[in-house]
Amino acid sequence: MKTLLVAEYREGKLQGSVNDLMAFAQKVGSDAAMFLVGSETDLPKFQGPLYLADVKNCGEYNPDVHKQLLLDTIAKVKPDMVVFSHSSYGWDLAPRLAFALKASQVSEVVDVVDGVPVAPVCNSKLRRKVASKTPVAILTLQAGAFGLSEESTGVPVIEKISTTATGKVEFCGYEQAEMGGVDLTKASVIVSAGRGIGKPENIAIIASLAKALKGEYGASRPVVDAEWAEHNRQVGTTGQTVSPKLYVACGISGAIQHLAGMKKSEFVVAINTDKDAPIGEVADVLVVADLKQFVPILTEKIKAL
Amino acid sequence: MNILVCIKQVPDMESKFKINGAGSWYDSGDLAWRMNEYDEYAVEQAVQLKEKTGGDLTVLCIGPERVKETMKKALAMGCDRGVHVADDEFFKKDSFSIAAVIAEFAKTKSFDLIFTGMQSQDRGSGQVGVIIAEMLGIPSVTTIVSFVFDNNTITVKRELEGGLKAVIKAPVPALVTCQLGLNTPRYPTLPNIMKAKKKELLSIPVAELLNVSAHQETTSLFFPEKKGGGLVLEGEAGDVADKLINILKEKTAVLA
Repeated sequence: MKTLLVAEYREGKLQGSVNDLMAFAQKVGSDAAMFLVGSETDLPKFQGPLYLADVKNCGEYNPDVHKQLLLDTIAKVKPDMVVFSHSSYGWDLAPRLAFALKASQVSEVVDVVDGVPVAPVCNSKLRRKVASKTPVAILTLQAGAFGLSEESTGVPVIEKISTTATGKVEFCGYEQAEMGGVDLTKASVIVSAGRGIGKPENIAIIASLAKALKGEYGASRPVVDAEWAEHNRQVGTTGQTVSPKLYVACGISGAIQHLAGMKKSEFVVAINTDKDAPIGEVADVLVVADLKQFVPILTEKIKAL
Repeated sequence: MNILVCIKQVPDMESKFKINGAGSWYDSGDLAWRMNEYDEYAVEQAVQLKEKTGGDLTVLCIGPERVKETMKKALAMGCDRGVHVADDEFFKKDSFSIAAVIAEFAKTKSFDLIFTGMQSQDRGSGQVGVIIAEMLGIPSVTTIVSFVFDNNTITVKRELEGGLKAVIKAPVPALVTCQLGLNTPRYPTLPNIMKAKKKELLSIPVAELLNVSAHQETTSLFFPEKKGGGLVLEGEAGDVADKLINILKEKTAVLA
């Protein structure tokens, strides 16, 4: 089996998700080649052929151009599988390629069982096996689902590629989120509020527990979207990635995007009314309770210690 | 402006799911149904655009008879007309087939803008919007968290990882897929709910629009293995709090 791994480059840097791709190739035991629109100044530690287009000419986000480069590469490599990360780059580019190749695409793959990819359904409460019926299959991999067992030390064999294709959209630049104020990445305890807090006033309950534990309070995406907490308190893929000594998730169901931001915490306590919520998968302790009743009691007891 | 917004009806994600008899999908009985959360942002953005530029806004939804309830919400939010693609077997169709049905409907309608959610809450494939655009040969931008239309050009912000956004411009016709937080979806008012009942809601059998074969098939649906290890605490809040404090003292240094 032959696999083409599609690495990513952003703001002048190779993205770490390239390790997920290599781990996947290792797991399925495929003969892998890699594709990157990037630069020779920051190369993946990949042992094998690397089809490299210059990001200066092709842009970091230019889907039509990247699609054409991929099509040209696929014509040479003739892979059975093309593998992306399930990231803002991968989920944008993969369906374009799938359409051009008349290929099946399986999104957010978390596992491969007997050669068949497995993808999450309904906020990870369920899983499905997805069998492709096309000669080439395209996969996007959930971040962190395929960990690399050992640090890669390979050196790629570079083949330079280019295209005259042009894009339909214009990339005008990046915009950084406003930071400043609290830095969750430095907090040793984080108590986070999810949708389960119900109303903005209840942030105070979460903030009190955080204070009692000498930590900071964070929030999941829906809470930040509702403007109940500032963006710099958001934990998850599109916010902060944190690894405190203690993470207390209050009323957070545990969408994968949130889990990706906090699963490296040393100890995780989840407080949730839904015993089956996916947050239970990563929690060391799951307290089945209504946080609005439970958290104030817990806070008082901790203060009294 | 001629605008299309595509929505999906999904189960409430807090539901207790059961596997269907064939072992291929979740059982549709005993579920509460609602509009896919991402699509609420798509509908809101489409309505805001229509309010600004005038024109006509169509909402499209594929599924069995019950999806009309979800479509009525979109009509009450401000869509002008509904197109229900009647399909009792829609849950068996892959993203490619769903996109092909929508593109077949849209290809003769000259839509200036098409809005979809960035993904559905149940499947989460995130493919349908992009494939529709590819089929129609128009530009598409995914995962938008900001949208401005001016002078036949859209300027959108794509959400990337770690709080970063990319600013993208594209000419119309175009398609965008909408991320949470793009806007604040409105609640339909009672007068608008009443008005929505009189709006056109056309049904088209899916067979009239489907002319492709699926690229893939869900061969089985199952519950993930519980990783275990995690301790579950239940009971009287005071007792549970004491137990939790003891665990934290034992396993972490944060109460030292």
